[in-house]
Amino acid sequence: MRRSVSFAVFLAVVVLGASALTAPPRNAAAVAPQKAESAEVKIDNFSFGPSTLTVAVGTTVTWTNRDDIPHTVASSDDPKAFKSKVLDTDEKFSFTFTKAGTYPYFCSIHPKMTAKVVVE
Amino acid sequence: MKTTSQQALSGNTQNELVYDHNHDGVDRRGFLKCMAWAGTGAFCVIRGGVLRSYSLGRLAEMDLKETAGELSFAQISDSHMGFNKAANPDVAGTLKAAVDKINGLAVTPEFLLHTGDISHLSKPEEFDTVEQILKSATPKDIFYVPGEHDVLDDDGKQFRERFGRGAQGAGWYSFDKKGVHFIALVNVLNLKAGGLGTLGQEQLEWLEEDVKPLQYSTPIVVFAHIPLWSVYPEWGWGTEDSAQALSYLKKFGSVTVLNGHIHQTMQKVEGHITFHTAASTAFPQPAPGKADSPGPMKVPAEQLKSVLGITDVNFIRGKQALGLVDSTLG
Repeated sequence: MRRSVSFAVFLAVVVLGASALTAPPRNAAAVAPQKAESAEVKIDNFSFGPSTLTVAVGTTVTWTNRDDIPHTVASSDDPKAFKSKVLDTDEKFSFTFTKAGTYPYFCSIHPKMTAKVVVE
Repeated sequence: MKTTSQQALSGNTQNELVYDHNHDGVDRRGFLKCMAWAGTGAFCVIRGGVLRSYSLGRLAEMDLKETAGELSFAQISDSHMGFNKAANPDVAGTLKAAVDKINGLAVTPEFLLHTGDISHLSKPEEFDTVEQILKSATPKDIFYVPGEHDVLDDDGKQFRERFGRGAQGAGWYSFDKKGVHFIALVNVLNLKAGGLGTLGQEQLEWLEEDVKPLQYSTPIVVFAHIPLWSVYPEWGWGTEDSAQALSYLKKFGSVTVLNGHIHQTMQKVEGHITFHTAASTAFPQPAPGKADSPGPMKVPAEQLKSVLGITDVNFIRGKQALGLVDSTLG
């Protein structure tokens, strides 16, 4: 009896572990930490590049302002999912996306500059 | 965060140019030349209800009678104190040049208007520098509106504390000078994704009430940072709800709208309303659609004098419109 219970627990752990490898975890806390993912967005010529960035849950996205003019990175949602301080030339802002979804954002100084991050 | 080497680069530009001289159009000699002519604004004369604006650089060539009027003031714009890139490594120098031009005028303007982007990054020391430089201007009365660079990270709190002059709401106010009604509007706050400049409902209601008691013959001068007409919406050069604001002003015989933001002079007449944008005292921006983006334009030093400016307005009572002409710091 005792043996079969521990075998079941063992099985469950193996199955859970396998599913964590093949599918994005719903609850990141329930599994062993994954290797941190990162992605870059460049701000150049009054535009975000790429204008649509698709990343996995848990990815840290870093924006770098390469313009001569300051910009911001501000979520278009209400309430805002994220908002940077003003970024002068070569300054950076990072945000880690922990939930799947589509995150539209813009430069709050130059609101014609819009883009989005898709988290899968 | 800037890297250490980038900080060092920025620091160096305070004293010497470290840019690629072959490609940015500015070298040490060019920079000094730049200092000789840069830093402009406009002299505005209101004559017969018509606002005329002269580039400060052109005034010397003009007949004094031509620039006489009942009320005159100067407009400067887009000082961007703190900017130190290749398009102009010395924005303090060019602002001082603009003040020198104003102080050299045969007719002393009664006051100055600054149509925003006083600072580049809303830093206290940037505002301090501009205030210090403008203290040397002969006109002691200065009226400001904020640009989007003046309200970074604090929704304009610091701007209102320094320059608010008892302003209401986000910083709007009005005042009268010699029978001309001046209205300062704020269209750089609460900007929405994909949108243009915004005045907002509260400010529009205030404006409607503000002009209600005025006689139709009262000349009106409206000033705000972002153009209140559609200059080039693709670059955000316009204001979402400006049509509503202008509808309250249609009954007046003479309305002049003064803006900054686009770092070049442009004029347009629509019915009784004359629209006018001023040049920057700091650096030029490209004509609408003539570049990939509206970023700072690096022009050869010998051209820079023609793209920075000051606007002067002169008002002469009696006629129905305001005249406004631009001049450069040549």
